[in-house]
Amino acid sequence: MPELTRRRAMTTAAALAATASAATLLAPAAPAAEHHHGAPDSFDEVYKGRRIQGRPSDGGGRHHEHGGGYAVFVDGVELHVMRNADGTWISVVSHYDPVPTPRAAARAAVDELQGAELLPFPAN
Amino acid sequence: MTVRKNQATLTADEKRRFVSAVLELKRNGRYDEFVRTHNAFIMSDTDTGERTGHRSPSFLPWHRRFLLDFERALQSVDASVALPYWDWSTDRTVRASLWAPDFLGGTGRSSDGRVMDGPFAAAAGNWPMSVRVDGRTFLRRSLGTAVRELPTPAEVESVLAMSTYDMAPYNSGSDGFRNHLEGWRGVNLHNRVHVWVGGQMATGVSPNDPVFWLHHAYIDKLWAEWQRRHPDAGYVPTGGTPDVVDLNETMKPWNDVRPADLLDHTKFYTFDV
Ligand SMILES: [Cu+2]
Ligand SMILES: [Cu+2]
Repeated sequence: MPELTRRRAMTTAAALAATASAATLLAPAAPAAEHHHGAPDSFDEVYKGRRIQGRPSDGGGRHHEHGGGYAVFVDGVELHVMRNADGTWISVVSHYDPVPTPRAAARAAVDELQGAELLPFPAN
Repeated sequence: MTVRKNQATLTADEKRRFVSAVLELKRNGRYDEFVRTHNAFIMSDTDTGERTGHRSPSFLPWHRRFLLDFERALQSVDASVALPYWDWSTDRTVRASLWAPDFLGGTGRSSDGRVMDGPFAAAAGNWPMSVRVDGRTFLRRSLGTAVRELPTPAEVESVLAMSTYDMAPYNSGSDGFRNHLEGWRGVNLHNRVHVWVGGQMATGVSPNDPVFWLHHAYIDKLWAEWQRRHPDAGYVPTGGTPDVVDLNETMKPWNDVRPADLLDHTKFYTFDV
C-alpha cells in the first residue's frame, strides 16, 4: 500500500499509539477497506513544490467537523479530509471524487489548488 | 404556483430575470449564507456519525428544502423567477446554451480555470468568492476535464429502475436508489456532475457556482420521477436509526421540517414535463 514508505519507521510509534488495532494496521497487503479501524500511516513529502503531510490525529480539538482520526496539511495549513465507508478518501477541495488514500487526497488538493494558498477551515 | 422548467427551454427574458435575481442575492449577502450552510454540512456529514445533508437518506429531502429556501429568496427579489433544472444527460457538452454568455458563462481558461465570460465572470465585478477554501477569489470551471463524460440517459434509467429508496447502513456504502443517484456507488450520477464541472463545483463550497442549483433541481426532479415509477416504495428508514434522519424526524438546520413533509413536491412547485 502506498503509505508504506521509509518514513514509516519514524512514525510507527505514533501510529501504534493512535490506532486501536495494530495487527490490522501492520498487515501490509491489506487494502484500505480492510482496516477501517486503524488509521493510515503518516506521510511527509514535497509534491509539486509543496509540502504535504498526513498523520493520525486524536479526533478531538479542531477535528470535530468530520469525526477526526486523520489530519492532512498542505504547506502547514490543515486540509479537511474525510474517509468514506469503503476506505476511500475525499477532501474539501475535491469533495465528490474519492481517491484511495489520504496522500492521494493531498496530492489531488495540490493539483486542484494550482499554487493557491489553502485557507484554514473554520474551527467554529 | 412555481413551475420549474428545463433550462434549455427558457426564454431570453427568463434567463435575464433569473441571472438578475441571483446577482441581487449575491449583492445583498444572502447568497453567501447558502454557500456557508452547504459547506458546513458537507464537512460534518460522515459515514460513521451524524449525517443529514449528504451520504444519507436525507440527501434528497435536505437538498429539496435547501433549494426551496433559495428559490423563495430569488422570488423575494423577482416573484416571476423559478429554479430551472439542467438535464445533463441531454445537454451534455460545453456547447449547451446553459454555458452561453447570456446565461451561466462557459468553462474556465486553461491557465488558472478562471471563467472569462458571462454574468458570473470575475471581470464583471458582480461575483466575488467570499466563502472559499483557498486564496482564489474568482469563479473557476474546467468543464469535462476531470471526468470526460456526463451520465447518459441509459445510466439515469438504470438508477431510476432501482426499487428500494435506501438501505442500511444508510451511508456512502449503501445499495439502493438514493446512493446510486448521489453517486458514491455504481454508475455515479450526482457526484460525477460536480466533478465534470470542476472548479468550485468540485469542492465543499460548490454553491459558489450558480449551476449548483440547476444541477440539484434536476437531481430533485429525478427523485420525483423515481416516486412516480415506484409508488409503493417510500422513504426509509422510518424510525429509530442512530445518526440518520428517519421519516418523521426533523432535519437540521431548520429543525421544523421532516422528510415526511417534503416527499410531495407538488405542494411547493411542479415541473414543466
Ligand atoms: Cu450538497
Ligand atoms: Cu451536489
